[in-house]
Amino acid sequence: MATQESAGGGDFLNNLGRVYGIYTGGFAAFIVLIAILEQLGVPNRVLGYMFVGFTILVYAFIGIISRTMQVSEYYVAGRRVPAFYNGMATGADWMSGASFVGMAGSLFLLGYDGLAFVLGWTGGYVLVAILVAPFLRKFGAYTVPDFLAARYEGNGARLMGVIVLMACSFTYVVAQIFATGLIAQRFLGMDFVVAVYVGLLGILVCSMLGGMRAVTWTQVAQYIVLIVAYLIPVVILSAKKFGIPIPQLTYGQAIAQITSLEQSFVAQGLASAEAMAARAHVTPFNSYSPANYFALILCLMVGTASLPHVLMRYFTTPSVKEARISVAWSLLFIFLLYFTAPAYAAFSKLEVYSTLIGKNIADMPQWVYNWGSLGLVTICGKAAASAEAVRAACSAVAGHAGILRLQDFGINTDVVVLSTPEIAGLPYVIAGLVAAGGLAAALSTADGLLLAIANALSHDIYYKMIDPNAPTARRLIVSRIFLVLVAVAAAWTASQRPADILSMVAWAFSIAAAGLFPALVLGVWWKRTTKQGAIWGMLAGFGVCMLYLVVTRYFPGFGVKFLAMSSLLNPVTGAPVVDLNAAMAAPNAMQGWVAASHPLASKVGWFNINNISAALFGLPVGFLVMYVVSLMTPAPSKEMQDFIDACRRPKGQTLMEEKTA
Amino acid sequence: MPEQHDSYWAKTSSLMYVMLGLWFFFSFAVHMFVVPLNKIVILGFPLGFYMAAQGSLIAFVAMLFWFAKAQDRIDVEEGVAEEE
Repeated sequence: MATQESAGGGDFLNNLGRVYGIYTGGFAAFIVLIAILEQLGVPNRVLGYMFVGFTILVYAFIGIISRTMQVSEYYVAGRRVPAFYNGMATGADWMSGASFVGMAGSLFLLGYDGLAFVLGWTGGYVLVAILVAPFLRKFGAYTVPDFLAARYEGNGARLMGVIVLMACSFTYVVAQIFATGLIAQRFLGMDFVVAVYVGLLGILVCSMLGGMRAVTWTQVAQYIVLIVAYLIPVVILSAKKFGIPIPQLTYGQAIAQITSLEQSFVAQGLASAEAMAARAHVTPFNSYSPANYFALILCLMVGTASLPHVLMRYFTTPSVKEARISVAWSLLFIFLLYFTAPAYAAFSKLEVYSTLIGKNIADMPQWVYNWGSLGLVTICGKAAASAEAVRAACSAVAGHAGILRLQDFGINTDVVVLSTPEIAGLPYVIAGLVAAGGLAAALSTADGLLLAIANALSHDIYYKMIDPNAPTARRLIVSRIFLVLVAVAAAWTASQRPADILSMVAWAFSIAAAGLFPALVLGVWWKRTTKQGAIWGMLAGFGVCMLYLVVTRYFPGFGVKFLAMSSLLNPVTGAPVVDLNAAMAAPNAMQGWVAASHPLASKVGWFNINNISAALFGLPVGFLVMYVVSLMTPAPSKEMQDFIDACRRPKGQTLMEEKTA
Repeated sequence: MPEQHDSYWAKTSSLMYVMLGLWFFFSFAVHMFVVPLNKIVILGFPLGFYMAAQGSLIAFVAMLFWFAKAQDRIDVEEGVAEEE
């Protein structure tokens, strides 16, 4: 391969368009090949293995040819990644397995309120571009804690940065490995635990030898797979249903039909007026109160602008100017998926409403049983594994007339994207493509996160704090050892199937926002911020955020008794969701580390704010403490003021010069 | 040098505040009017729903490309752009 000889990267970087053009063409040809094999009668299981195996081999190949022993290549891909390609890599880095597989399902269930995620996970890039990324690029950091240590003079701020980074990135990476296992289990029929460790290998081979350089070029390849896989099924569905292959335009009609079906359900007695009012697709604020809806948007946006695995992608561009335009490209590539997700939700809901609800329970289509046998579709409260199972479940419901009502039907959020090929009656090749896309999304995010964690441990803790004289070769070896250790720890955690892990992903945003955002923004925009101010501010913001998360979820009884927490309120009726007096009188009220099924878990809080928006408390506390303590301590030195000026101006060398050989 | 720098940072700051204002409008302000906006329906989309599902997203993307251009212009005018 031409890329092999050009270890320096010159030829490869000059030919990026051609390399990825050929790659995309090859991927298309591969899809056609699989389609032909399917027509020839090759079993689906074999096709699934071919899809997943081939794509992982390609990522591994890129990972291996991008190996490097140079520090700047390992940490920041030599700062030579063009804005456009860095945008694609950031897109893959950003969009997780959950975004790919679960986002449309959440929109299906939550309707308008689910759009908080769509808004929050895109609008944050505005903050990245205007407040943070270009200045960090000018500074020339290898990691986010690197910048904190330089700006706030010492390892106190660095250590705080590493702690927050670990807290937000580790749960996130566990969730990605979990998603990898689920996808492999569902499509390849592998054992879940085996699938988790296979996924781990796929992740390590991409990142271990080449660090940021290898991760960058595999993420670009993964972005192409994931966006093609996301768009193709829904484009075909749109063309079939409405004659126009632009789902983002045609799902307006689907929404109009959903709304009229919702009204007809009430008229026919298939749903009560109250139940429908709480579930209507376009009606706002029936899952979150307005305050919670806007708080969630804010936390997700500010979290985006603080998550280290995202910010470090902008350390790799050739210049400050490129870093800024790269944020715009990133958002464009992310936007392509996020503005399609509501179309998936609408088409899927229309299908369910028009072909299932109000029909005889004996006439369910085949896809209901396919997903029902996995326990992902329920009818009358039981898994819809077969026609007999459905009949038995519904006859056990008192007064059931054998007609499917709205409240009889349940669907797992993952099914919406995964079942679209079947609903549209497409051949298996498309389902295999979706599996490959979901895997690409999960692997690419896991790579970025693992690298962020391992770099913080090897660069910030080992090199900067423990052994500043370590030779380059040893630093890179230590970094790889940490990468493997963290990866194995994350895979082990995922293999224990922690029930809460998916909800914890939303927590990561609040943790990053409360812990890092004030220090990053004020560090650039307010020269008066002092070392003590920053350290105390980070500690306070992070502490309040963690306190709220841990107490509301794991120690709710203590929160009610000692921290004046009250029950959250139902967004439609305004009534408390739990009867606090009864729950506090129960014998299990004061248990700690309670399970998610505990009557109080995640159901109490301050001012009716859900714990996924915990940064609503941590963020202002962090800013306030940083401001007050800074004013109480002596102003930063003249050198520090000049340093900040230099960070603000694009012209000139990066500020952190590093021995690279 | 110092006074030149001051005007650079003043221009950069005002661009930042303009962007922050637009960001606030498309992230929060417009969605506070979702209920009245939903009464307007275009191509099947209630407008309030559309703004959250697509409208604001399109605005974010356009804003960022415009911002990159505008900030580059400030860099060049103030003589602090990077050497190519």
